[in-house]
Amino acid sequence: MTRLSLGRVLRLSLLSLGALIFLAPYLFMISTAGKAQSEIFSSSLALIPEQWSYVENFTKALSRVSMPTLLWNGVVVCALIFIVQVVVAIPCAYAMAKLKFRAARLMMVLVMLGLLVPIHATALPLYVAFDRLSVLNSYMALVAPFSISVFAIFLFLQFFRALPDDLIHAARLDGMSETGIVARVVVPNAWPAITAFAIFSVVAHWNDLFWPLVVVTNQEYATPPLGLLYFRAAEAGDDYGALMAATLIITLPLVAAFLIAQKRFVEGITMTGLKG
Amino acid sequence: MSVLSLRTITKSFAGNAILKGVSLEADEGEFIALVGPSGCGKSTLLRIVAGLDNADGGDIVIGGREVSSVAAADRNVAMVFQSYALYPHLTAGQNIAVPLAMRRLTAAQRFPFIGNLLPGQRQIRADIQRQVREMATSLRIDHLLDRKPGQMSGGQRQRVALARAMVRHPSVFLMDEPLSNLDANLRVHARGEIVELHRRASVPTLYVTHDQSEALSMADRVAVMIGGTLLQLAPPQEIYDDPAHIEVARFLGQPRINVLETRMDASGSVRFGALTLAAQNTPPSETPVLIGVRPEFVRLSPRTDGILKARVERTEFLGSEVIVHARLDAIGEAIVAKVAPVEAATLSEGLPVSVEIEPDRVMLFATTGERLRAQTIAVASMLEKAHG
Repeated sequence: MTRLSLGRVLRLSLLSLGALIFLAPYLFMISTAGKAQSEIFSSSLALIPEQWSYVENFTKALSRVSMPTLLWNGVVVCALIFIVQVVVAIPCAYAMAKLKFRAARLMMVLVMLGLLVPIHATALPLYVAFDRLSVLNSYMALVAPFSISVFAIFLFLQFFRALPDDLIHAARLDGMSETGIVARVVVPNAWPAITAFAIFSVVAHWNDLFWPLVVVTNQEYATPPLGLLYFRAAEAGDDYGALMAATLIITLPLVAAFLIAQKRFVEGITMTGLKG
Repeated sequence: MSVLSLRTITKSFAGNAILKGVSLEADEGEFIALVGPSGCGKSTLLRIVAGLDNADGGDIVIGGREVSSVAAADRNVAMVFQSYALYPHLTAGQNIAVPLAMRRLTAAQRFPFIGNLLPGQRQIRADIQRQVREMATSLRIDHLLDRKPGQMSGGQRQRVALARAMVRHPSVFLMDEPLSNLDANLRVHARGEIVELHRRASVPTLYVTHDQSEALSMADRVAVMIGGTLLQLAPPQEIYDDPAHIEVARFLGQPRINVLETRMDASGSVRFGALTLAAQNTPPSETPVLIGVRPEFVRLSPRTDGILKARVERTEFLGSEVIVHARLDAIGEAIVAKVAPVEAATLSEGLPVSVEIEPDRVMLFATTGERLRAQTIAVASMLEKAHG
């Protein structure tokens, strides 16, 4: 019994240490968000602010840039990207997993190739194209490049392969069209995969700075990370307390969403056999 | 008039012929069991009839309509799958309602939210609900309608799958080993139920199974498929008593039929060991033949003066009967007999015994497997013995 509990203690302390290492920057951010300008630049390093200036910093963060606009843009962009990606990827993955057609192999190769090409490689041609179409500084420019996610296709493909063929056959005999099968049989049974993909997609695009930086110059369309950049530029980069407060506001939605839906997320990831 | 007819259906996968020209006719209300060892193509045939797979050649006619190029949904066939294939996200009631909703509601009426506002659908939905309830009551699953497949036992799921298939009154009913996922007791019970349901609905049924007792006990006619060929299609008793092919004889019957290799001589008599059988009505010619005798027609007696001598090797007690394995002294071949426990008590292991075979129960097969028909076989052994 003692041995067992010793092992447990060891394991728990190891895990706690790991958690601490990963949480430290975030904790430091929370702490800094409550410090006054003078304290941040003092030589002493304390986790708990000597003088609580949360209200002051948050007021600054909320008044200097339009925080609601940033958050709203973030929500709109992430939601649009996610919805379009799922709507495109699910029928595609279904066809590749369950239908027999000649180009299936070729498509698989293309999907694999697609996984290898990062956005940075295609950023310039896309930028030029959007410029010519005069759609820079719009939701369109923020969303369109991500509408087809090969990662989503790949993830759903793996998941759909595990769906029993008989289920699809039964649906066909019951009189469903292929679209009907996707909508009525495949999607309702693919929620674990869809939730898993939601985490990857939303986290990636909420936090993305690179692409918004390329296509957006108008503050009206700035996403949260881009907004932070503007905030820093506007403040000449020295008001770290307010900056941290703004960062806290921006990261809060994701943290909250994760904490609320933690159980389902973990389920989703473990069910698809994917590890973060 | 045949409701379902299959004509020379062929199918091959990657160069392997799975179905080599299968033809079959099912009459109104007939229950046909397709039986064969795994990999014989019986499930493939069922899938082709259902329209889930395309045949390479041949015709499928359902109710007088050639349906080879008709989509699965429009053939009006229903299928029960081995895995039941119930929609896991729907309750039993919703599962049963799916085929009705797909047929009776228009695409617009089925559309989420908007569909519920369209005129006329309320009446249809209520009607579907009523039919689902009736079906469920007749299968005694009405208390399960609100449960999802995950919350049901195997037997309950199987009934829901049956209900889903039957509720829309298909013109042909296909079943792909629907009982193989049930435990032994439930399986025997479910057999009776399916036969009963079939009688009531009187829809021609193709029932695929690898279990010969299921096939023989349930079907009006049994089709034995081996290696992609339909070897024989006949009523259970006939196919058992009068198999057309050695493989059919081997496949049906537990324990398996005794098959002994021997030769027919120029005078048309067949001998193995000291036993001689006269084959009549056959042109006498010297040719190797196979002799088949079912274990229940082999008698063993603890005497040493018989014509065919053997030694008991092993006995298997099965309750109502005992399977005795013996080895023939003369040719060293094993022979299996099915005997009553009372008789078996006298047959201990290693005991020398006499083997008697009911002569008119002996079947002759060519080495290619075909039955050598129109033969009655008389025992010439008594004569032989007198001379010897």
